[in-house]
Amino acid sequence: MPDSTVSNSSASPVLPATDSAENQRRRRWRMLKDRLASYGVAVGGMSVILAIVLIFFYLLFVVLPLFGSAEMERVADYALPGSEAGHGSGPSLHLAMEEQAEIGFRLTGEGRAVFFDLQNGKTINEYALTLPVDAGISSFAVSEPTSARFALGLSNGAALVARHIYKVSYPDDKRLITPGIEYPLGEEPLDIDENGGALTRIAFQDGEEEATIVAQTADGRLLLTHFLKEESFTDDAPELEREQVLLFAEQQGTQAEIMQLLLDKEQLNLYIVYADGSLVHVDVSDKSEPRQVQQLRLVDVGLNVTSVQFLTGDISLLVGDSSGRVVQWFSVRDERGNQALKPIREFTEQTHAINSLAPEFSRKGFVAADESGLIAIYHSTAQRLLLIQRGSDVALNKLAIAPRANALLVEDVKGRLSFWSVDNEHPEISWSSLWGKVWYESYEEPVYAWQSSSSSDDFEPKLSITPLVYGTLKAAFYAMLLAVPLAICGAIYTAYFMAPKMRRIVKPSIETMEALPTVILGFLAGLWLAPLLEANLPGIFSLLIVVPLGVLLFAFLWQQLPARIRHFIPEGWDAALLLPVVLVLGAVSFGMSESLEAMFFDGDMRHWLSSELGVGFDQRNALVVGLAMGFAVIPTIFSITEDAVFSVPKHLSFGSLALGATPWQTLVRVVILTASPGIFSAVMIGMGRAVGETMIVLMATGNTPIMDFSIFEGMRTLSANIAVEMPEAEVDSTHYRVLFLAALVLFAFTFVFNTLAEVVRQRLRTKYSSL
Amino acid sequence: MIRQWFKSGNPWIWLTASAVSVSLILVFGLLLLIAARGLGHFWPATVWEYDYKNQDNSVVRLVGEIHDEEAVSAQRLREAGLTIEGGEDVTRYLLKTGNRDVLGQDFRWILEPGIQDMRKPQTLLAIERREWGNLYGYLSAVQENQQTVAAGEDAWESLQQRLQRATALFAQIRELEKGEIGSINYGLERLRLRERGLELENNTDPAEQERITRERAALNADYAGLQKRLTDLYTDINRDQILVTVSTGETVTVSLAKVVHAYRPNAMSLFDKLVFYMAKVWEFVSDEPREANTEGGIFPAIFGTVMMVIIMSIMVVPFGVVAAVYLREYAKQGPMTQLIRIAVNNLAGVPSIVYGVFGLGFFVYFLGGNLDQLFFPEALPTPTFGTPGLLWASLTLALLTVPVVIVATEEGLSRIPKSVREGSLALGATKAETLWRTVLPMASPAIMTGLILAIARAAGEVAPLMLVGVVKLAPSLPLDGNIPFLHLDRKFMHLGFHIYDVGFQSPNVEAARPLVYATALLLVLVIVALNLAAIAIRNRLREKYRALEN
Repeated sequence: MPDSTVSNSSASPVLPATDSAENQRRRRWRMLKDRLASYGVAVGGMSVILAIVLIFFYLLFVVLPLFGSAEMERVADYALPGSEAGHGSGPSLHLAMEEQAEIGFRLTGEGRAVFFDLQNGKTINEYALTLPVDAGISSFAVSEPTSARFALGLSNGAALVARHIYKVSYPDDKRLITPGIEYPLGEEPLDIDENGGALTRIAFQDGEEEATIVAQTADGRLLLTHFLKEESFTDDAPELEREQVLLFAEQQGTQAEIMQLLLDKEQLNLYIVYADGSLVHVDVSDKSEPRQVQQLRLVDVGLNVTSVQFLTGDISLLVGDSSGRVVQWFSVRDERGNQALKPIREFTEQTHAINSLAPEFSRKGFVAADESGLIAIYHSTAQRLLLIQRGSDVALNKLAIAPRANALLVEDVKGRLSFWSVDNEHPEISWSSLWGKVWYESYEEPVYAWQSSSSSDDFEPKLSITPLVYGTLKAAFYAMLLAVPLAICGAIYTAYFMAPKMRRIVKPSIETMEALPTVILGFLAGLWLAPLLEANLPGIFSLLIVVPLGVLLFAFLWQQLPARIRHFIPEGWDAALLLPVVLVLGAVSFGMSESLEAMFFDGDMRHWLSSELGVGFDQRNALVVGLAMGFAVIPTIFSITEDAVFSVPKHLSFGSLALGATPWQTLVRVVILTASPGIFSAVMIGMGRAVGETMIVLMATGNTPIMDFSIFEGMRTLSANIAVEMPEAEVDSTHYRVLFLAALVLFAFTFVFNTLAEVVRQRLRTKYSSL
Repeated sequence: MIRQWFKSGNPWIWLTASAVSVSLILVFGLLLLIAARGLGHFWPATVWEYDYKNQDNSVVRLVGEIHDEEAVSAQRLREAGLTIEGGEDVTRYLLKTGNRDVLGQDFRWILEPGIQDMRKPQTLLAIERREWGNLYGYLSAVQENQQTVAAGEDAWESLQQRLQRATALFAQIRELEKGEIGSINYGLERLRLRERGLELENNTDPAEQERITRERAALNADYAGLQKRLTDLYTDINRDQILVTVSTGETVTVSLAKVVHAYRPNAMSLFDKLVFYMAKVWEFVSDEPREANTEGGIFPAIFGTVMMVIIMSIMVVPFGVVAAVYLREYAKQGPMTQLIRIAVNNLAGVPSIVYGVFGLGFFVYFLGGNLDQLFFPEALPTPTFGTPGLLWASLTLALLTVPVVIVATEEGLSRIPKSVREGSLALGATKAETLWRTVLPMASPAIMTGLILAIARAAGEVAPLMLVGVVKLAPSLPLDGNIPFLHLDRKFMHLGFHIYDVGFQSPNVEAARPLVYATALLLVLVIVALNLAAIAIRNRLREKYRALEN
């Protein structure tokens, strides 16, 4: 608006005076804005570093607790509950805790069940078990701990099975736990010895449909009594169908006294431990015809077995001896197919006799208390000592672990009971269980295995990430096998020989493929490529020979053509000329597939592979992954290599050509050599991408964590494993943290590759600038 | 001669050229494959009627579309236990027979030699149903309230009219269920949360309580009214049904409420087919999925992808641009910038699944869990933000794509001649003003390029999203008419995940496959288009500054 400008200029100068108050204020405001902007921008720039550091440290923060050791703390200490009236002060027969670790249970030598508050040892309830008046307790056994059952062998030849139960109710929205005693097989003791002699040793298990009691009588007989349960409609207790066999008629001449009987929870195996340290394994799967499997010594001569327990799952035996050693034994099938108990691993951290062993309820960990008052927490699979701590100044004689393994109850020989809280979140993990071969229960030998979950509760998690790392590297290797030669050769040609006009089309079209979603490649690989390859296996391998030879042959013939025709195709368009040639050669290879198969592989290459070479074949295998992931990596490597080759200063190659070198010689001796750091960094970045790629391997392999380098077998990679298992992992569980560890390993892999590539590239840049 | 030829190095040059050819063939072959399979799906294929001799020499009538064909060696078939004469290859067809409710399966293989006669009857009817997949057969009658109203050739006319009516009714029902009833349910849920919130604050203000009760009563009354309308609509839509005679001779009754399309493919002219094709393509991009995602459209997946990308863009652009400006304009070039560059490169190279793990642990469980404690205690223990959702997915992807924006912006900044900045500074502008008024506007195409590339990357990324927010079937879109309109806490559907899920997790992979190809084609088109756009912008930018420099 010219009018206003004119009127403005006439009223005041064009610009206000530079030092007017308004202007000064304005200038200060501008300077402030400028300073704020520079701080803001600096913070923004730093936040990139912050982001990468945050990712790393957050992953580390989640992973670190895996390697922490356990902690335990004494919460309370009191005299044995239920010993106030003068009786019941002897050692407890049994100690246990309920699920929440609020209420403790103690069985006294007189057969009184005492429930008490774990925090202060005050008795909550006390029951006398329904023992016959004239009989005392002569032996005692517990079943597998989760069923909370125990059996008393009586001096009149009968046995009583009972269980401690806890009813949870919520009056007034507060949790109230009411303990009680139940008799799952009836309140009446079961007759075991018809002669009425005392039962000196007893073992039992009580399952859904059957119960088994093995007992030694005063006269040395060993009786196995088996009860089949039948639903009873009138009563709570089931009706029992009884069957009894005599295992041993009497104490066998040279045998020492029986120290302990152990029956597994499936009621299939009986282990008889003798006081001299020998063990007899009896197969009782057929209750009417028990069969002795093996007899062996558990400890060296001069040592005594002091405590034997099942590890949870009742497959392994833990044997503690007088030297403070704990050895894990389980049955392994030997070469002839016979089951034999073998010592698998030993824990030698304690030096005094092991008095009590307590396995955890749902993990393969256990606690051992010894003669000197030390308590040690171990984990069997990880072969790890998590904690060793003094529990008392005097010897400890009884140990109970809470069902959630978060508390311990310890009784010492002086009749004091102490209650400990335990913090032991991730005992399963150790360096050896993550990376090494581990001998898992029921395996014939130590293996690398990944199997994180299963339907059963007492499952032994197999968390070795070695097979996953192996699978990751295998997939990356096969992908690079395809991608590196194709991408580098293609890039060299594109940068050095190709006509600029064609290059302008070729480069973007290959680079655009870098953005192609890998989920599409994975989908095609899994559903289209895998069946195609399976049907045309020989064709694929003949491609490797047919295409290069065919191209050479074509090139040679082309060279022989008269120049008039040859010049029809301008220089640098050879690749376009080769398109139809390669297509035809590909078609020829696939066309030959069937006849090749008939000629060399008896008509079925898959079958031939497995019968002649003993190589397994998986439809979704490393070949499919290699092709699909190779395809995904080609653009990355191609793009960076092409840039590196293209930016080699032209005067170098001109110099070489001027000296009479052929274009090929110039390329190999000058150009590639100069660009080699760039090519190296391209391969590194491609490798980083192949290692971390998820969707392709997830969809194009069977995701079985095997360690087999065969191109015809699948694999499971770290990334696919995370994608499969992460959604199901419980937050902060060991499994969750191990998956974070897998992510951290991936992060570390790619960090190394990328940093290497970047450092090389920066050095290359300085080198070029000097040329 | 050959030796000399080899000595010249020419063969090796040819071999490197062939590497380019192979790469190009792979690239374009892949695109063609996806395009061919994806586009073909919507074409109304001829439905054939066969008299087919089974292996046990019984002759059956089969009706269906040819879905796939392949040549198998006779020997292999014989090994599979089939009797084949002659030693030549045998062509076998995968026939889509539909009629899953009658036959028990959708597809079967038939061998060429067994085909005794094949026809394409004009009156053969193909029906797309909302349940049980396609139905092929002959229309025998149209019924209204169990009374036949049309038969023979009239039936076809009558069916078309009645189908239009049913489709309109169906649209109304869906509108009612998704829209109005959905928003009433949403309102009731909000009331429940408000009530619980008051309870947590120990607020027993009777006025407040009363208001909640009143609002609830109003909503419930509305609901009752809508429910009544819905029942009426259902009665209406179930009025008509058709009787169809299928290949086995059985007659199947189909309620029109369950019919999406009914057409006679063999009687359609090319133009009809084109119209039908376009309608199907439109349905594919605008409709909701049916039958466990294996039929129908992919609209929610497109919508979810777009929403996520938009939110991601809002977060990634400022952050990326500021970082690039720092590197290029503010920082002294030295070890610090070198470190940042290494960090940027590493950020770009970290596998996407690691971002997913980080996003799940840090954003979802850590940040989200704490947000819930602070702001949404009334909904606990049901998590609001402490569970995978749109916001966290967008944030995770923003982190993943920020290096792309940084690199592109930096390149743009480096192309702006120094003289431009110096001119501005010489006129007395501060550094910030120069940046804001001169440099950034000039770099905006580069920023745009970075953003487009970031979007292309984000749209195709699946692995991290599987952990931080996508689901196979989201009950509601993240944007709707209920306050606060944009629901950042909701889970959403995504094109890439849709491909994975339908292609690999669906119970009927064979039937779902064409749809997966179509989805893949759409995704590829979007991403290739985005990339080409980015390249075009970048090229124009280069030209522009080349002119500026001279």
